[in-house]
Amino acid sequence: MNQAVNKLTLKDFTSDQEVRWCPGCGDYAILKTIQKLMPEFDQPKENQVFVSGIGCSSRFPYYMNTYGFHTIHGRAPSIATGVKLANPELDVWVITGDGDALSIGGNHTMHALRRNVNLNILLFNNEIYGLTKGQYSPTSKVGTRSPSTPQGSIDLPLSPCAVALGSGAAYVARSIDTEMKHLSAVIKTAHAHEGASFVEILQNCPIYNDGIFENVKDKKIAADFRVEIEHGQPLVFGKEKNKGIRLNIESLALEIVTIGEDCSLEEVLVHDQTNLTLAQLIGAMGGNNDDGEDFPVAVGVIYHNPKPNYVDDLIIQREQLRQGKDKGSINDLLRSGHTWEVA
Amino acid sequence: MTVEVEQHQNIVVRFAGDSGDGMQLTGTNFTLATALHGNNLSTFPDFPAEIRAPVGATFGVSAFQIYFGSEDVTTAGDEVEVLVAMNPAALITNLKYLVPGGLVIIDSGAFNDKNLSKAKYESNPIEDGSLDAYKVLAIDIHSQVIAAVEEFGLGHKMALRCKNMWTLGLVFWLFDRDKKSTIDGLKAKFANKPEIANANVAALNAGNAYAETAELPSGIEVYKVPKAEQKPGTYRNMDGSTSLAWGLIAGGQLANLGVLFASYPITPASSLLHTLAARKEFDVITFQAEDEIAAVCAAIGASFAGSLGVTSSAGPGIALKQEAISLAVSAELPLIVVNTQRGGPSTGLPTKTEQSDLLQAIYGRHGDTPLPVVASSHPGDCFDAAIEAVRLATKYMTPVMLLSDGYIANASEPWLIPDFDEYDAFPVTFHDKPEGFTPSLRDAETLARVWAKPGTEGLEHRIGGIEKSYDTGDISYDPDNHQKMTDTRKAKIDNIADDIPLQKVHLGNNSGKLAVVGWGSTYGAIHQAVKRSIKQGLDVAHIHIRHMWPLPANLNQLLSAYDNILIPEMNTGQLVKIIRSEYLLDAKALNKVSGQPFKISEIESAIKTELN
Repeated sequence: MNQAVNKLTLKDFTSDQEVRWCPGCGDYAILKTIQKLMPEFDQPKENQVFVSGIGCSSRFPYYMNTYGFHTIHGRAPSIATGVKLANPELDVWVITGDGDALSIGGNHTMHALRRNVNLNILLFNNEIYGLTKGQYSPTSKVGTRSPSTPQGSIDLPLSPCAVALGSGAAYVARSIDTEMKHLSAVIKTAHAHEGASFVEILQNCPIYNDGIFENVKDKKIAADFRVEIEHGQPLVFGKEKNKGIRLNIESLALEIVTIGEDCSLEEVLVHDQTNLTLAQLIGAMGGNNDDGEDFPVAVGVIYHNPKPNYVDDLIIQREQLRQGKDKGSINDLLRSGHTWEVA
Repeated sequence: MTVEVEQHQNIVVRFAGDSGDGMQLTGTNFTLATALHGNNLSTFPDFPAEIRAPVGATFGVSAFQIYFGSEDVTTAGDEVEVLVAMNPAALITNLKYLVPGGLVIIDSGAFNDKNLSKAKYESNPIEDGSLDAYKVLAIDIHSQVIAAVEEFGLGHKMALRCKNMWTLGLVFWLFDRDKKSTIDGLKAKFANKPEIANANVAALNAGNAYAETAELPSGIEVYKVPKAEQKPGTYRNMDGSTSLAWGLIAGGQLANLGVLFASYPITPASSLLHTLAARKEFDVITFQAEDEIAAVCAAIGASFAGSLGVTSSAGPGIALKQEAISLAVSAELPLIVVNTQRGGPSTGLPTKTEQSDLLQAIYGRHGDTPLPVVASSHPGDCFDAAIEAVRLATKYMTPVMLLSDGYIANASEPWLIPDFDEYDAFPVTFHDKPEGFTPSLRDAETLARVWAKPGTEGLEHRIGGIEKSYDTGDISYDPDNHQKMTDTRKAKIDNIADDIPLQKVHLGNNSGKLAVVGWGSTYGAIHQAVKRSIKQGLDVAHIHIRHMWPLPANLNQLLSAYDNILIPEMNTGQLVKIIRSEYLLDAKALNKVSGQPFKISEIESAIKTELN
């Protein structure tokens, strides 16, 4: 089997379906990255299952030549949980968007993460409803003008990574649609994580929210607007690599410092992906709210701290009960407890 | 004491007390002893939604009714002949069920001013003559039980908790039941707390001895209820919930599938989840989801992956699941949806019974989404109804709605245990040939879509809720294709009518003046009412439908052979609408929506009216 697996290429994972996203959509780049990455996982392609909800991103499974289930709005984590429980051998992916995962399906996202079912959840965040023609989403910036908010949106957005961390996710990362190398590296570690992994992918919608992530994507300016985080490395960014993030011990808040001016490199915060408190601070940087706006967006693995996962524990409980015995007998079951004979 | 003996072919006993008084436990122990005695029986637990209502409150009264005797017993009975009332609230709320001249056993120790006032009695009914129409056995059970368990050194409160067993001991004597099954049960239940077990056994014995030795007032007799003639074999007591749960496990084995049971707690459906969660030695996984929608979706995911997905709820939860059930119809995946119906709408009467979800089951989705609906009609029947639901779901690749209700789920009856080896297996064949595979392949006869599960080499495919091409399974917005797919989905379900038993007449002739047509838990009451009416020379028959959709192929012809059709339902008229609209027959409705099952007499009198 392994031999056959090694021979697989991007082409093997490309389905015969015509891709129907708008020209220039960030989803194309994500699709290509994942198709290219698939052969690297030590899994026959029949063991790969992509489950999605509703929205532009949720068309994704149609374009993967694997098993796929395009389901209903918000429910992909629940359906994927059922798939994984029924057959833990499968590699189960959830493809979702900001509306799908955080609005209509918020509850399922939260519980799949809390329960730590071994799913790879990829959230394509374009901060807009695309398929329903451009309404603002739960991640849109305040003031977003859309058909449903002609004067600008007034409700406060949430940060996908903060939601994931708050739900108890053991793996949380962020990457960018068009950066194949970075995205591949993140998805690889997400896939290797035993339990629910959560990856927020910043994705451009060229039709309804074009350029929303341009600051973090445009090579000319991105260095000032994002910080690439790595476990054990200081949070340094900027074109000149002279800016850093420092933890102010008094306010317990992050602050931006200039290395060599108001701070030494040693004082810059070193990323520890197993530290939940740090992850919450770092994950919120650059978000669409007052606290985060002035900070660069952190991309990379924000939190990774394995904990017991639901499927393994379920199997352990079952084995303890069965103690090597085969399936129970229905005739014995029907005669268990009080019975009596009538002659 | 001198004992008078009264002969009864059948008799109804009702235990009523505070929700903390242990009336359900008392009732189930009496049921087991009665079953072992050799009577036919049927029970009806009737308890409040509140877990522990304030002590002495009328809304906290919990009751357990049992009908037993030598004849066939299919309901919990109309008229109570022996009522046990553990406090004033139990008496005031249950006295209406007692026939004049019936026996009421009262714990006079609980009839203090505080409890009397909580029950809104202005004076003590034991003393003011308001019970003159009944035989009254008022005993200070409080004092009796305290004395009986004194040696075990339990606190006052714990000692008083034994009063249900004291009372049960007394009732056992009145009906000449054997205490052994209860004693064995107490010892097993409190194996780790022997002092509690011993105190309860002592209370049981003391109540029994009290009845035997005390001077009971004259007119109170030992009830002699002859044994029933029962088919030989091994029996057990079966409640509807256990029966249905075991039927699902059995169905999974017959289909050779693992079962994923995904559910969210809701009254009165939760006991299914509890029963299955305790049976992991079988190929069953239980999953308590975060909500109703997640539960049905996890079940659908499991079916996609090659297991049998099952979800369950009551009416409000089913409403939440309907969007996902439509997905399963569109994706053509097997799924069992169990609805243990309760009083509605909204929260309604969570612990009471109703049949008001039939239209929701058949029609309650968006789009044209036909699916088979199977209804169980009594506790033992749930086992076979569940197996039938699994057979249809896997053979036709479709969700199946399996209907039960609060009455069936909680009621119990003696069940002649079948030999499972005699059941026909219906093992599922998963598709495994890549040549010419598309996810749209269909069985030419059943029209069932192919089941190709993830993990099968060469069969990688995508399905979803968007309309699919009839030929390839790929997304298709083609108008003609949508017409064809809609027609196919309908034809697939319609065809099932040829794969289910023809409708039979349960009692009476195949034609005549009146057919009483029922479904679900009205079975027992209709059966008895028709039986009594036939005995009185009336031309009436009982027809009970299990396959609610599609309806049996011969039903139209069968019903057309009667001059009149009467359909009793615990709703405002749902089956009657279907029969009228499907067959243009002038069926009449008999409706009851009180949260209580039909009485036999209510149906009997409707039959008389109909025939006059």
